[in-house]
Amino acid sequence: MTAMQPITAPQTFDVARIRQDFPILSQLVRGKRLVFLDSAASAQKPRSVMDAERDIYEAGYANVHRGVYWLSQRATDEFEAVREKVRQLLNAREAREIVFVRGATEAINLIAQSFGRAFLSSGDEVLISHMEHHSNIVPWQMLCEEKGAKLRVIPMNDAGELLLDEYNALLNERTKLVAVGHISNALGTINPVKEMIATAHKQGIPVLIDGAQGVPHLTVDVQDLDCDFYAFSGHKMFAPTGSGVIYGKREWLEQMTPFQGGGDMIRTVTFEKTTYAGLPNKFEAGTPAIASQIGLGAAIDYLNSIGRERAFQYEHELLSYATERIGPIDGVRLIGTAREKASVLSFTIDGVHPHDIGTILDQEGIAVRAGHHCAQPVMQRLGVPATARASFAFYNTRAEIDALALAIEKVIEVFA
Amino acid sequence: MSDLSELYQQVILDHNKKPRNFRILEGANRKAEGVNPLCGDQLVVYLDVEDDVVKDISFEGSGCAISKAAASMMTQSVKGKTRKEAETLFEEFHQMVTGELDEEVTPNTLGRLTIFSGVREFPARVKCASLSWHTMHAALNGEQLVSTES
Repeated sequence: MTAMQPITAPQTFDVARIRQDFPILSQLVRGKRLVFLDSAASAQKPRSVMDAERDIYEAGYANVHRGVYWLSQRATDEFEAVREKVRQLLNAREAREIVFVRGATEAINLIAQSFGRAFLSSGDEVLISHMEHHSNIVPWQMLCEEKGAKLRVIPMNDAGELLLDEYNALLNERTKLVAVGHISNALGTINPVKEMIATAHKQGIPVLIDGAQGVPHLTVDVQDLDCDFYAFSGHKMFAPTGSGVIYGKREWLEQMTPFQGGGDMIRTVTFEKTTYAGLPNKFEAGTPAIASQIGLGAAIDYLNSIGRERAFQYEHELLSYATERIGPIDGVRLIGTAREKASVLSFTIDGVHPHDIGTILDQEGIAVRAGHHCAQPVMQRLGVPATARASFAFYNTRAEIDALALAIEKVIEVFA
Repeated sequence: MSDLSELYQQVILDHNKKPRNFRILEGANRKAEGVNPLCGDQLVVYLDVEDDVVKDISFEGSGCAISKAAASMMTQSVKGKTRKEAETLFEEFHQMVTGELDEEVTPNTLGRLTIFSGVREFPARVKCASLSWHTMHAALNGEQLVSTES
């Protein structure tokens, strides 16, 4: 080579090197190399996340926010450092707007309980969308039943895109909250949440974004989005299970009542009256998932170290490749064909139930999800009982998508 | 060994494509619905039981190849059997797919239903194979709804 190489050569994403960070990916399944295409359900963990969890137990573990001794202070410092990392990840104004929870499900339940208790009355409305995960449906349903409020649903088209005119028409003076997913776990649709938030805010209506699939695949800036609440799980973004976050604007969180009662969320307790701690502790009763949240901090560090933007760009290219490779196979129908999509390829095969697809792919070492993806209303809307879903992370490769395509052809052969 | 061809044998694929007794049974005097909420499989089994004999049986619904073929062959096996014979088949089938009964060692009345023995190598699919049997058992006993997750 000469010395004439352009200085601005495109930075390639070195997936082979990335894969070495994920020990599980080199394991054999039924004698074949594991092809893991189910990251939307839960993502695999890099070694640095496992190390962080082990390190805290080996050298830095004690309960947080309690001890006067050195070890407890060290655990507290590490734990609180994660709050600052999450603040930076989401570009929140203040670290106290970051509340630690067990995952997106608990995050949404927290808002349903604490926001709902303070702001929802009989006759009010909560607005969700037709493509929500059950965890962004059921807590609102339970709340509405309790309060005599009404759950309303933004419809979508056959491609899996929300109908924004209908959305605008549904917003009214009784609407107390909008709760919508950033990215659909069943379809991969990226919803135009920034625009939707702006529309709701014109009428003074706060918006919660379910970011369970958002944070692992998009750069999220809560100030730019101007969302009032943003929920996500650690385990879908390469962190341990039991870690998770609900971001809330301080002005909302301050007006809300606590979620659960217990230790760590109080200022003073007598049998007559308890006063509550300030943010974020007011919402963090009991001993938290200390090691898991520290693992979340390590996952954020990891994403920063590999370059989040480049990783997301690579995932986007993978999805395009998969769509081109799988979509045209005779008998395959893609479910979810929105213009803006991320990371998810849901499909059916004529005459073959998704569970049979899942079992046959498994024989090839390929892990996909088969079923309703905890989004039964989506399945009902699109007239399918279930789909097979391949979901991608930056550790997947084109070769794995080729393996998927070959295995799909095998399924069609078995059922021919 | 968990060989794919053990699970998806030609007979099973054929019953999936052309399920037998796949209809609503006019004049049924018992019926039950079976659901697997985890995968969305749903079927209804209809029975016409007279003098303790299953005079006629049918099913309808949707599900994977294993559940559909199992339901189809279940109806063929149970038709004309006494209630007691049907219950014995249910027990034996259930034991076979959960690995409690080795059909090659223990005497049984399963006959060609033994082609479902391969299912026990696929734990995630055992419920698919047994849903219609549980539903038939429920209908026989006057229950109306059976769920794999109750």
